[in-house]
Amino acid sequence: MENILTYMTFIPLLGMFAVLALPRDNYNLIRWTALGFTIPGLIMAIWLYANFDRTTAGMQFMVRYEWIPRYNIQYIMGIDGLSVTMVLLTGLLCPICLLASFNIEKAVKGYFALFLLLNAGMMGVFCSLDFFLFYIFWEVMLLPMYFLIGIWGGPRREYAAIKFFLYTLLGSVLMLIAMLALYFHNDPHTFDMLVLMEQSGTYSRVFQTWAWIGLFIGFAIKIPAFPFHTWLPDAHVEAPTAISVILAGVLLKMGTYGILRLCYPVLPLATQDMAFWALAVLGTWNIVYGALCAMAQTDMKKLVAYSSISHMGYVMLGMATLTPQGINGAILQMFNHGTVTAMLFLLVGVVYDRAHHRDINGFGGLASVMPTYTGIMAIAFFAAMGLPGLSAFISEVLVLIGAWQYSKPLTIIAATAVILTAGYMLWMLQRVWLGPVNEKYADMEDVTTRELVTLIPLAIIVMILGVYPHAVLDLINPTLLALNETVLNATPAVAQLVAP
Amino acid sequence: MTAAHGHEIVTHTSNLLRWIPLLPLIGAAINFLVGSRIQRKMGRGAVAGLATAMPAMSFVLVVMSFLQLKGYPTDERIIIDHVWKWIHIGTLNADIAFQFDPLSAVMCLVITGIGSLIHVYSHGYMDDEPAAWRFFALLNLFMFAMLCLVLGDNLLMMFLGWEGVGLCSWGLIGFWFSEMANARAGNKAFIVNRVGDFGFTLGVFLLFWTLDSHGAGTVVFRELANSVHLIANDQLWGTTVATVVTLFLFVGATGKSAQIPLYVWLPDAMAGPTPVSALIHAATMVTAGVYMIARMNFLFDMAPFTGQVITTIGALTAFFAATIGLAQNDIKKVLAYSTVSQLGYMFIGVGVGAYAAGVFHLVTHAFFKACLFLGSGSIIHAMHHEQDMRNMGGLKNYMPRTYWTFLIATIAIAGIPPLAGFFSKDEILWKAFNYNPAIWAVGFAAAGMTAFYMFRLVFMTFFGECRADHHTVEHLHESSGFMTWPLVILAVGSVFAGFLGVPAALGGSNMFEQWLEPVMAHSAHGGGHDVHGGHHNLTLEYGLMAGSVLFAMCGIFLAHLMYNRKSINPDGIAQIAGGRLHTLIYNKYYIDEIYQVVWVDGSLGLAKMLSWFDKNVVDGIVNGAASVTKLVSFINGRIDLHVVDGLVNKTASLVHGVGGAVRRIQTGSINAYLYVIVIVVTAVLFARTW
Repeated sequence: MENILTYMTFIPLLGMFAVLALPRDNYNLIRWTALGFTIPGLIMAIWLYANFDRTTAGMQFMVRYEWIPRYNIQYIMGIDGLSVTMVLLTGLLCPICLLASFNIEKAVKGYFALFLLLNAGMMGVFCSLDFFLFYIFWEVMLLPMYFLIGIWGGPRREYAAIKFFLYTLLGSVLMLIAMLALYFHNDPHTFDMLVLMEQSGTYSRVFQTWAWIGLFIGFAIKIPAFPFHTWLPDAHVEAPTAISVILAGVLLKMGTYGILRLCYPVLPLATQDMAFWALAVLGTWNIVYGALCAMAQTDMKKLVAYSSISHMGYVMLGMATLTPQGINGAILQMFNHGTVTAMLFLLVGVVYDRAHHRDINGFGGLASVMPTYTGIMAIAFFAAMGLPGLSAFISEVLVLIGAWQYSKPLTIIAATAVILTAGYMLWMLQRVWLGPVNEKYADMEDVTTRELVTLIPLAIIVMILGVYPHAVLDLINPTLLALNETVLNATPAVAQLVAP
Repeated sequence: MTAAHGHEIVTHTSNLLRWIPLLPLIGAAINFLVGSRIQRKMGRGAVAGLATAMPAMSFVLVVMSFLQLKGYPTDERIIIDHVWKWIHIGTLNADIAFQFDPLSAVMCLVITGIGSLIHVYSHGYMDDEPAAWRFFALLNLFMFAMLCLVLGDNLLMMFLGWEGVGLCSWGLIGFWFSEMANARAGNKAFIVNRVGDFGFTLGVFLLFWTLDSHGAGTVVFRELANSVHLIANDQLWGTTVATVVTLFLFVGATGKSAQIPLYVWLPDAMAGPTPVSALIHAATMVTAGVYMIARMNFLFDMAPFTGQVITTIGALTAFFAATIGLAQNDIKKVLAYSTVSQLGYMFIGVGVGAYAAGVFHLVTHAFFKACLFLGSGSIIHAMHHEQDMRNMGGLKNYMPRTYWTFLIATIAIAGIPPLAGFFSKDEILWKAFNYNPAIWAVGFAAAGMTAFYMFRLVFMTFFGECRADHHTVEHLHESSGFMTWPLVILAVGSVFAGFLGVPAALGGSNMFEQWLEPVMAHSAHGGGHDVHGGHHNLTLEYGLMAGSVLFAMCGIFLAHLMYNRKSINPDGIAQIAGGRLHTLIYNKYYIDEIYQVVWVDGSLGLAKMLSWFDKNVVDGIVNGAASVTKLVSFINGRIDLHVVDGLVNKTASLVHGVGGAVRRIQTGSINAYLYVIVIVVTAVLFARTW
């Protein structure tokens, strides 16, 4: 299983070719074939979980091949505690989203082929340790996403898709510049992230700051951090359910993942300087601003989209603190947000499939009509509110504990979100699920088996991680403590000796 | 772990402890998952039976653990059950672990004992409820959360229970959710409680980090008790850290225990089925704040200023809630404000440092208030969900058992000896007098009002002519045994529970205070305020006792004159000060309306404003940038067209190409694109050499 990460990345790509080779009109064959090509990813993710060494901070399952020797570009893959959670999340969410896509009727072949390409791209981003390879996967992922929103989306899909594309492209360009700067700054020139990390002491403070800003804007767009966030509500509203799930569940994490993978270890001095304003303050603002904007929404998906902005703020705040609690909480929050928000979007999708609208004020009393659905919905909603006993509580409380040590005023501001979140989630719950039954939807069908299969695994994970968070924390803790040390111990003295 | 300064704690372990909360959780899980099927196939009795058996078995376990605890020497009375590690990050260690000590024992006995009775009662009360499985599942889940709250061995476990009971409270207040008002009341309760939880968590953070800076970061209660002296000299924001922490924690207590300014949710919570009001909103959950302060007594002892705040808030709440109770006509609203008021007394107790007295009142109150609520439920059930006392009257002839038990509980709450309420309330008032006579005076006035409005309630419902409509009167009958037997048991408790804590002045030994002594032992050297030693002035103590009994009697007599003999016209009194005072009290000082405008409308307004800002300013800049780019490229294109003649054809073909691409997206023919992507990707990926 030495090449497990390569398999995880490229099996979906093979799946894409397989799907393209299938007859265009046999929808079921296409669907099941596509699903079949995501299952190995899930199985390998479980294998990785079982075999991951929880005692080391270093890279595991690493492979390294020469790729383009002339430019010293290598094919390097490997995971550590930081990426393993994201690989697990991707491996888990892809089959679930594929199953949730079975009701797609338009250009089925194209949809599933693009989905598998997206799967490969996401997995590649989290596994690659060569910056060039990382960048390729980053771009590969962008294209199918653009088409998936632009073709299978809602009424304003083209606006949303182009907005998403241009925004991400802007980020990519800045990232590309920073990447090339790093590449040429090293002698011999290299894209190898591990070498870049080792050499971090040789980068001057000024150089680090500029590179940091370039990378950060690229990643901040993905998170999305205020003020680069406005593509998200549009993209979510227009995207089909499963794509919203992937978008919120996996793609947003690439922003925070990128910061931790590149900005932190490669540019530690700049991280020390920038963390407060760019991550802590902005993250806190994200938390409160996202929550307040969510409160004003009338579209269910838009509300969940703004709640994502709010919840991703915790990740930024947590990682900025550089405390064991804060940074562990941040990564756990990335995983938990992935499962909880996935549930929320799937749940909204269930209603949307039946009613063909998402107006919060256009329902009422669904709890009486769809009891099973409502039970699962309650788990997801209360998890999103950070109820103790469910997963998101652990990560949010760890972030806030870490943040308290870092900045009391920011923590107090951020903690007001526990009230605001309860406010907007419960208010939506009340308007859609409680109250008298809306006659229009009095005979709405409860969740189907297929929908249950997509929701139940997530619900179980949300509950287990609430009482046994060490299932994930044990994986990530060694790596993150080492990362903390790297940033905290970075001193400019070494850098100034070498800097020109 | 033992801190340098603390004494060694001898603890015992038992794996039995975890089953006390787990059994109700299992019951909840079964009823949530298959309860509706059980109810359909085997009837409502099966659902109720299962749900009742779980807390009943927990009660047995609690009694067993209690006896075990009693067998140990006083300084070893602590049993630990460590289940598994929960959160171990950095120096933060919080486990899924339970701790059974004298204070937990008292709480568990009340919760499982009274809780089981209320389960039995619910079987009678919810006799025509199609979703009984959901009701019992939530009730069991509540028991689980409440038991976690009092058994948890660290602050985060306590918080798990703390928010868990909030969740169940939300689900049970809004149990009949097809009425929007019920759903709204549930949300109000949860969100107002969240305001308290916000304070609670910040208090925990500050306490943890301050201890951590001394190398003793912990959230486990017994370790906190040992090392809390380390923070005695720490300062923050111009005062001691202990004061800030305790004030934060107290914010949490005001939410859960419905004190000023966060009491507003409790009266609305009466929208839930009446057994819920008895169990959650009278006997158990709302006392969580009192329990928390008693549990953290070693810390509160270090913060005399917080003690003053708690005492003042408690006294004000006791007084204001009592005034509102004077004028309400809804039977459950009267009891709700009475609960708020009685909780105020408990806070006076823990605020002055008389933790045992506060917890003692918690216990006696649990008996008589549960009895009162269940009694009112018996009435409401018989009256077909009528709750307005103006439509009741004369019920003592129809419902003798309900009447007698209700009367006993009313005498108990009014503070007439030798019933339970007298001992516990007088203990608090006596401690308050020694602390500050002004606090005593406020509590004393509230006690008189309590006697008045409770007997007003009794006279309006049970005496005189029945004012209900003909149809209802015809069907009036005593409730079934499922409902009346719990009433009888609770009434017996209301009579005798007070004897647990007969003060020395009356020849007792205050068993209750002695039992809690090991938990409160640390507070002896904590400094702060000393309320002991006052017991020597027997004449004063007797005088105060006699005074409060006499005052309560006056209240009862006034209620008798106004609502039984009708020799004083209540309307005449209501017209004092032009009726404005009565209107003000009847409308609860308009606090709900003020909160609505300031907090709810305020945050909604802010939300709408920010949403507008997001849509028009932030996104406006984005779209504006797009327009500018388009304009620039348009101008650029014109320059090309007119100036650079040679490029005309190229531009045209480019535009044509882009147009074609867009058209293809729109027609959905995307295979071409796919192939392009694929070719590009594979070309890049597999190009080994350039």
